[in-house]
Amino acid sequence: MPKRVLLGLLLACGLTAPALAQEPKTGGVINAVIQPEPPGLMLAQVQNGPTQMVSGNIFEGLLRYSPKLEPLPELAESWSVSEDAKTYTFKLKKGVTWHDGKPFTAADVLFSMEMLKQTHARARTNLAQVDKIETPDDYTVVFTLKQPFGPFLGIFEVGSMPMVPKHLYEGTDWKTNPYNNAPVGTGPFMFKEWQKGSFIRLVKNPNYHEKGKPYIDEIYWQIIPDAAARSVAYETGKVDVLPGGSVENFDVPRLSKLKDTCVTGAGWEFFSPLAWLWLNNRQGPLADKRVRQAIMYAIDRDFAKDVIWNGLGKVATGPSASTIKFYTDDVPKYPYNPAKAKALLKEAGYKGEKIRLLPLAYGETWQRWGEAVKQNLQDVGMNIETIATDVAGGNQKIGDWDYDIAFTYLYQYGDPALGVGRNYISSNIAKGQVFNNVEGYSNPEIDKLFADGATATPDSKRKEIYDKAQKILVEDVPVAWMLELQFPTITRCKVKNLITTGIGVNDGFKDAWLDK
Amino acid sequence: MLSFVAQRIVKGVIVLLAIVVLNFFLIRLAPGDPAIVMAGEAGASDQVFVKQLREKFGLDKPLPEQLFIYVKGVATLDLGFSFRQQAPVAKLIGERLPATLLLTLTAFAISLALGILFGTFAARFAGTFLDTGITVFALIFYAMPIFWVALMGILLFSVTMDWLPSFGYETVGANLTGLAHAVDVAKHLIMPAMTLGLFFMATYTRMTRASMLEVKRLDFVKTARAKGLSDAVIQRRHVLRNALLPVVTLAGVHSGTLIGGAVITETVFAWPGIGRLMYDALLQRDYNLLLGVFVICSAMVLIFNLITDLVYRLVDPRIEYAT
Repeated sequence: MPKRVLLGLLLACGLTAPALAQEPKTGGVINAVIQPEPPGLMLAQVQNGPTQMVSGNIFEGLLRYSPKLEPLPELAESWSVSEDAKTYTFKLKKGVTWHDGKPFTAADVLFSMEMLKQTHARARTNLAQVDKIETPDDYTVVFTLKQPFGPFLGIFEVGSMPMVPKHLYEGTDWKTNPYNNAPVGTGPFMFKEWQKGSFIRLVKNPNYHEKGKPYIDEIYWQIIPDAAARSVAYETGKVDVLPGGSVENFDVPRLSKLKDTCVTGAGWEFFSPLAWLWLNNRQGPLADKRVRQAIMYAIDRDFAKDVIWNGLGKVATGPSASTIKFYTDDVPKYPYNPAKAKALLKEAGYKGEKIRLLPLAYGETWQRWGEAVKQNLQDVGMNIETIATDVAGGNQKIGDWDYDIAFTYLYQYGDPALGVGRNYISSNIAKGQVFNNVEGYSNPEIDKLFADGATATPDSKRKEIYDKAQKILVEDVPVAWMLELQFPTITRCKVKNLITTGIGVNDGFKDAWLDK
Repeated sequence: MLSFVAQRIVKGVIVLLAIVVLNFFLIRLAPGDPAIVMAGEAGASDQVFVKQLREKFGLDKPLPEQLFIYVKGVATLDLGFSFRQQAPVAKLIGERLPATLLLTLTAFAISLALGILFGTFAARFAGTFLDTGITVFALIFYAMPIFWVALMGILLFSVTMDWLPSFGYETVGANLTGLAHAVDVAKHLIMPAMTLGLFFMATYTRMTRASMLEVKRLDFVKTARAKGLSDAVIQRRHVLRNALLPVVTLAGVHSGTLIGGAVITETVFAWPGIGRLMYDALLQRDYNLLLGVFVICSAMVLIFNLITDLVYRLVDPRIEYAT
């Protein structure tokens, strides 16, 4: 092979010279920030963000996902799919042990599925596609689906499908099992200590199944509730890693300029957080599509990206983030155009009726964004009243449909069947719950497209279906899509290889090492 | 005196019970459902999940039954179970109580000692430059929000001078023991305790100053002077002692609220205490935990009120225990 071609291939693979030259070094301690303090670490039972960030080191799933969302082996070393796309066979890695030394086998996988069906809402929804699970031997698991389910290979990362030790949970009351507070997994790090309100300490698993890993000896997750104090903790060298969202956005540029500081927006491809405004389609002016479209034209989303989010993220084009499967930008566009917004409002007969706006109580950045949107909407003649509430109060109002416009952001989990359709299909309109179709949008064509999209094969067929769904939704504007969020991870540059997959810091630190 | 204490304890228990019942309903009046908060954090909110959580919290039961279960628990010293934190409430509070007591008692001691000292000086030298200086100094710390003083302290003493740690109770990972550990904790304690203490100091300074100036004008002080007592003796034995009654009252009120009163300080300095536990419980609508903290705080207020009444007697022998 000519040298030029070889070099081109290496560059295409992202293998730059320094990366090739640097061999991972072992040893050292990483101090990272975790916020808020997780309520528990038993990932099969508690699924909030901080829990996964810490427990992603303790537990593992069958698969991981690359930044392009291709499946990678973890506890499963290989997998195959039958021709009818209904049978998935996973071959488990041999020689894997739990932190207490017991072997990890197919029986654990089977038990985990049973537990997750009861304790993990997302897993339950995904496993509803499964007709039966068989374990022909200790290292083979066969899932037979009721019908083809396109994203099935995308539901096995550690947060969505963590493996649970059968020998410690079978026959016990799962909710009060003592191992909930001292979790035992197969992951690269073992739970050691949790001083509530202060820190969580994980130590290296010396028997980890990937030889030579992990490279780090210990991780301290420091619990610092105030955002400014988290910034100072980094600035004064007390912590080395600020995972995405740890500090206020306006502090990111300042911290990024500190000596030996590296910043990356990578590692959110699987979750692909997308921010939008819920628009209550049921009542008042927002029931009119033209008013909803006017809102899209009225809001300066580039301003939000450039000023409020310091240039991080991307203006959303529709219901799918550009990082997930089957995204298309071939949809109607809504550039910032206050004149057009005013014209649409006039055409819809809007007469200054009061519209309630609920900002998101997630800190200063979100408050500022709420103010900017309010100003944008007032500029085109809308009568906006901001309703102040905390997160719990806001969720209640949204769940009770007692709002007109409300900020939110949700994860998309890599595939429209997992994280997009749920917000637009009419079977997900259920009062009292948040994060489903709280806007009350109902369109039989969209219902059918999302139902077909989940089960269609091959992927080209799915793409066709989702392209159509995206076009219809963007035309109808059931919600006002704002930004594909990017939560920058700030680290000391000596921390290498922290983010290697599309799940980022939520996927554990097994590849990370310290260049001392 | 014993019957006085016994009566106060009985009354205290009744008040505590009333507080428990009132808080039970007040918390539920706040919008926000713990099951939905937890479902939201899990990134999923299907009906089965929310129903499961409600059953787990006991929120599916009628309100009177929930109240009965809770009051019965409190009566047997069982503060319930925090489902969000997956631990008994008493254990969670017990874990955080020492840190809060250390912080608030230190702050209390600082504020009381400095407040009385500065107040005495200000009264002794009333109308002078020293008086004005003390008053301005005290008012600055009283007028500035605690979080601002805290952040400025961090900026100055941690970021710029690198003298003191900016957060936490101890150096994580240092595994210090004995004296070294005590010194480490003390270093971490200085900034939060001073921040909280300087705020309360201002009120004691003002109160002591005003009270002393008032007492100074009374006849018995003139008599003391006529007897030929030295100024120092008059100030200490006659003026200060009589002027302290309102300060003791104020200290009694403050001390009762110390446990729950350090929310902001604990948050900014990542001090692992009760204040933060309460704040998090409020945001997460962790009913049992929040109620548990309220019960402990209320009990502390009652206990400290009783102690205040007893201290009155020591400070001013004219006061008798009314039964």
